[in-house]
Amino acid sequence: MDDFEPRIVAFLCNWCAYTGADLAGTSRLQYPPNVRSIRVMCTGGVDPIYVIKALLEGADGVLIGGCHPGDCHYQSGNLKARRRMAILRSILEQLGLDPDRVWLRWISAAEGKLFADTISEMVQALKDKGPNPMGEAWAI
Amino acid sequence: MSVKAVVEVKEGDVVTALREFLRRLLEAQVVDALLVPVELPSGDAVVQTLIKDPDRLANANPLAPVMMVNSAKLVSSLTRRGNREKVGVVLKSCEMRALIELVKLQQATLENLVTLGIDCLGSYEATQYAQLGSELDDGAGPSIEQLRAATEGQVVPLDGYEFRVACQICEHPTATNVDINIGLIGVDTETAIILEMEEEIGQEVVEKLGLQEGDAPGREEAVGQLVSGREKARDEAFARFHETVKDASTLLAQFSTCIACHNCAQACPICYCKECIFETDTFRHPSDRYLLWADRKGAARMPSDTLLFQLTRMNHMVSSCVGCGMCESACPSDLPLTLMFRAVGEKVQELFGYLPGGSLEEELPVATFKEDEFPEYK
Repeated sequence: MDDFEPRIVAFLCNWCAYTGADLAGTSRLQYPPNVRSIRVMCTGGVDPIYVIKALLEGADGVLIGGCHPGDCHYQSGNLKARRRMAILRSILEQLGLDPDRVWLRWISAAEGKLFADTISEMVQALKDKGPNPMGEAWAI
Repeated sequence: MSVKAVVEVKEGDVVTALREFLRRLLEAQVVDALLVPVELPSGDAVVQTLIKDPDRLANANPLAPVMMVNSAKLVSSLTRRGNREKVGVVLKSCEMRALIELVKLQQATLENLVTLGIDCLGSYEATQYAQLGSELDDGAGPSIEQLRAATEGQVVPLDGYEFRVACQICEHPTATNVDINIGLIGVDTETAIILEMEEEIGQEVVEKLGLQEGDAPGREEAVGQLVSGREKARDEAFARFHETVKDASTLLAQFSTCIACHNCAQACPICYCKECIFETDTFRHPSDRYLLWADRKGAARMPSDTLLFQLTRMNHMVSSCVGCGMCESACPSDLPLTLMFRAVGEKVQELFGYLPGGSLEEELPVATFKEDEFPEYK
């Protein structure tokens, strides 16, 4: 499993985590290239269907990156996202799927370093887990 | 429930007594119309019927042990745009709880509505009900023996038959939040039915119908006994589910016969979206996308998106799932949806301390948030 490179789908909020990712890049911070970023206007707009679709298609992890509580550009989208992710993770757990493949993290526009560190940390955690079994499951 | 009154039952005929009570509600203009289960002339089905002419109550049977649709959806149709006349609706507990959720989802209102809850003595699948009606001389029941058992706090199916899975693990046999509850469990129904009513409507009903106030002393205990038995059955079923579904392959096995017909969403009282995303162009994929999927995993099941549909639907509505089991009754492939949604729903609802249909005041978990919660997300 040494050569296993996890694939992460990241839904990043335009105002915080996406700008944070941008800052990581402009700051020339190194982080693993395992992440596919999708810019969303707010984590509050990330319907669980997107996360489930990514997991069923075989993504090894899904990261949802939003503004810190209290900092949402739209007042409370991130807090609504937090409830949705809590529900999603609980459902995954009840159904025997690994909830820890789904991460919700608060990363501000100024936290380029935190973004890079989060990706490194997530890649390592997913390497320890191994590939998502759904990646092989064709009968879904 | 501050007003309790007695409806007299003659010669042990509960159904006739109920019809008479409903007829008097209409005639005394407590309500202008009634939504009540009525036996169809064909004799094999009982459907909710909106009645204005009291004579049409001749075949009404709120005790018929079958539930073809969750009536909360019908009440939504009746009230969503406001209802000018006062409508009485006869609902089982799960229907009333679904209605409360629909009110909170702004799909129904309780204005100008008189909700009549009725103790639930269990329901069969519609096909089985039709069969029972033709096989047995006395019809599908409830029989005298079943009614006597209910007096003792036992709700049992006819010998050799089974209630729907949802009913077997239902811990809410009596309706809450209703204006009037028609009490049968723990009540000696050979002589009387007990009405439990909210103050204002209760006074009106007692006065206009000339009822005697009264109570059934053993009722609370009998209901309690029934509920604790059901809770035990429920917890055992939940434990069975969690033992069975442990990983990706056991989960897939649960859904193996899904044909993506989406009947479960149609039958679900909580799934109210006018346009479900799974019925939109989003899911009418371009042809080459199927080939792309087949290429990626070497093969692709068709119709596609069965598990995606089930998991998404669960994410969208399970926090409000009242456990009526209509999803499973509507499923042509007999997927074990009731147990799955109830077992998962229990844990999801626990996150927010939320009881679907429990009260109008409690906010829907997905419609609100607290600033200070789920500190594990950093």
